[in-house]
Amino acid sequence: MAGAVVPAIRIQREDFDVAAEIAGLTGGRTDIGAVVTFSGLCRDEQGALSALELEHYPGMAEAEIGRIAAEAIERWPLQGLTVIHRHGKIMPGENIVLVVAASSHRQAAFEAANFLMDYLKSRAPFWKKEHLADGSEGGWVDAKEADDHAADRWKKPGE
Amino acid sequence: MSTKLIYFAWVRERIGKPEEEVELPSGIETVSELLRWLRSRGEEYENALQYPDVIRVAINQEHVGHREKIAGAREIALFPPMTGG
Repeated sequence: MAGAVVPAIRIQREDFDVAAEIAGLTGGRTDIGAVVTFSGLCRDEQGALSALELEHYPGMAEAEIGRIAAEAIERWPLQGLTVIHRHGKIMPGENIVLVVAASSHRQAAFEAANFLMDYLKSRAPFWKKEHLADGSEGGWVDAKEADDHAADRWKKPGE
Repeated sequence: MSTKLIYFAWVRERIGKPEEEVELPSGIETVSELLRWLRSRGEEYENALQYPDVIRVAINQEHVGHREKIAGAREIALFPPMTGG
């Protein structure tokens, strides 16, 4: 039953192990037919970036991702869901965010992971600051209008 | 009753502190009235909040719109559009 799924949500400074997170969702189970994972990584912007600093709103970050995850569980028949978002200083090549969605069939897992990422980008209280390779502070990353539009496409009629 | 205000990202940097307790004057009933009052508190607030339309607000750790009433708010957070993920 979809209602019985409790999402695992973690906000942490440490890195995560993608394979271990998948194994944690599927281990000992034989009913899962599809696992979709999305990992977001820090990129170096053609060598210009030395690190990203992720600020977050402790308490609300967990609560808001919990609300987004609960909506995903209501909308798709998921059998398991893990969301991890890191904060603090993150170097190019390192992980920032992970979504693992498990379901009987692939479509629900793909769509739920996609929905979660679109909503995380526009509603989870995190902010990225750039540190540049030349040693200067690069300033805060601007929110992209495209991310808001990406989230809007999941709205149900009348919302 | 005092209210806790919390600031993040460039809102925090421009105001120059991460949080503060304030006594809201009577007559401040909505989020937009709060933003207008804060801007009158000094140059750093004016600098942070001069384009109030872009400021996102959470009351008690939930997103709200600018027309939301702030009665009963324990914690009000002001921040720029989010850029996580």
